Amino acid sequence: MKFLRDTLDKLAPLFEEGGKLHKYEAFFEAPDTLLYTPGKVTKEGAHVRDSIDQKRMMITVVVALLPCVLMAMWNTGRQALLQIDSGAGVWRDDLNTWLYQLVMGASAHDPDNLLHCLLYGGAYFLPVFAVTGLVGGNIEMVTAMLRKHEVNEGFLVTMFLFPLICPPTIPLWQVALGITFGVVVGKEMFGGTGMNVLNPALTGRAFLFFAYPAQISGDKVWTAAESAGTDGYSGATWLARAAEQAGALEALPWMDAFIGVIPGSMGETSAVAALFGLAVLLVTRVGAWQTVLGVTVGTIGMTLVLNGVGSDTNPMFAMPFWWHMVLGGWAFGAVFMATDPVSSAFTSTGKLAYGFSIGLVVVLVRVVNPAYPEGMMLAILFMNLFAPLFDHFVIQANIKRRAARYAA
Amino acid sequence: MLESMLSLAVKAIFVENMALAFFLGMCSFLAVSKKVETAIGLGAAVIFVLSITCPLNQLLYNFLLQEGALAWVSPSLATVDLSFLSFLTFIGTIAAMVQIVEMTLDKYLPALYASLGIFLPLIAVNCAILGASLFMVERDYGFGESIVYGVGSGIGWALAVIALAALREKMRYSNIPPGLRGLGITFILTGLMAIGFMAFAGIQL
Repeated sequence: MKFLRDTLDKLAPLFEEGGKLHKYEAFFEAPDTLLYTPGKVTKEGAHVRDSIDQKRMMITVVVALLPCVLMAMWNTGRQALLQIDSGAGVWRDDLNTWLYQLVMGASAHDPDNLLHCLLYGGAYFLPVFAVTGLVGGNIEMVTAMLRKHEVNEGFLVTMFLFPLICPPTIPLWQVALGITFGVVVGKEMFGGTGMNVLNPALTGRAFLFFAYPAQISGDKVWTAAESAGTDGYSGATWLARAAEQAGALEALPWMDAFIGVIPGSMGETSAVAALFGLAVLLVTRVGAWQTVLGVTVGTIGMTLVLNGVGSDTNPMFAMPFWWHMVLGGWAFGAVFMATDPVSSAFTSTGKLAYGFSIGLVVVLVRVVNPAYPEGMMLAILFMNLFAPLFDHFVIQANIKRRAARYAA
Repeated sequence: MLESMLSLAVKAIFVENMALAFFLGMCSFLAVSKKVETAIGLGAAVIFVLSITCPLNQLLYNFLLQEGALAWVSPSLATVDLSFLSFLTFIGTIAAMVQIVEMTLDKYLPALYASLGIFLPLIAVNCAILGASLFMVERDYGFGESIVYGVGSGIGWALAVIALAALREKMRYSNIPPGLRGLGITFILTGLMAIGFMAFAGIQL
């Protein structure tokens, strides 16, 4: 560790004021700050002293995300190896599988073996993660250089969120394109961290979703194994299957969906992992309980209404809320995406209304929109647009109440 | 009946949003979205004008302009086709309605009248309003449907412009790159809003 610090210190003068590489300070400063505490302190003027800063806040979210990351690797591997082991699927013909087989051998396809699953899932998750970090991180540093500010930690969370909401078989160039769109158009154009109006990870994902529907929402993308052409293999997510035919969910134990051993986007399948994240976010107060409560109440309310309305042709109308909450990206979205402090409402009442509306829209999109069986991502993105409006009305109401109080 | 009206309303508000699915009425959408209060005023004016002109034009089209529409006057007129006049007539009714709104606002809400400025008379040439009348003709809406469609597309447009105004108020202190400040970032934001509204694209009711 000392060696690392010494090397950084030796390089520092190059990047400081007057140094040869001062223009590229961002490329030095960002990794240095990430590894160690920044050396700069405030010299004058009063400022708020608090142990929580942007870096600590972002790291808390990353810690909360770790179970999801582990589940993503394990479950991606397990889903694929289940298919391969049973003969319904075969190895994919790509670099990821080749790498895995190089290390483990072609006979290592035991879905009950923790190591096999983790490594095979990792062979698919880690490249996506690495590309996200490399492309997005470099964009951050280049923007910091161009706009002459320091790199801030805002991208750290996006870097974890984005790969988790991608399907396992996504081509890496699409990952690069998606995260570029998310960071550049979704965030940097609006002024960078803290000033974006939409969640950058979701913006990137939605861009891919509409630009490349075949590779990102089709039936074939959710499992990292190739179909062997037999009947036993089905690549569709359970939400898509439930939308297609009534009673499809009877084949799936609810516990499986809750724990997350079902095909889907890499990090979204597990409600348990999201619950762990929720606990971390709520205890540290990094995430707002109002939003999560709002989403839950909204989902339950809307589901009950639609259950009551009923439909002869659309089996989704009858889906109970406890299924809505464990399938697709509901849990992950409610915990990590909806609570994003920048793109959600700022006031407490606004957060409740904002969450509630997300709950309404997600159920509505899932049930009545046959084009998208999964609605969480689009519902959050849609409500991001209206979050400032909720704040506006809450603030206006406050002003009115106070004016009335002082007038009396 | 009620169900089909409800689905038409949802379609007009969300699925085929005038501003964010057809990009109609862009000039006032971009220009009068700096403050939420003003945007609410303009939105209300658009809803009002749309909900009157759309059914009115429906009546005019079906009883005067359409081919054979004049048969009720006298059988000898059954072959007359005045539909080439529809643009003129539609714009005429719209302009008259806008004039009424303008005079009412000037009298009763002078503050809003002043803040809307030139964009209030410009509602007369707001593409969203003429667009609604033309869509109504193209899709053969009946009288009842044209009321629902007029109100619905007005609400949809108003919703979009109010949301944009709130977003722009939030962005007032953002450190947006200098070249993009003002209309540039608003165009980009409008595109992103359209992505958000695509959540409803494909809904079949």
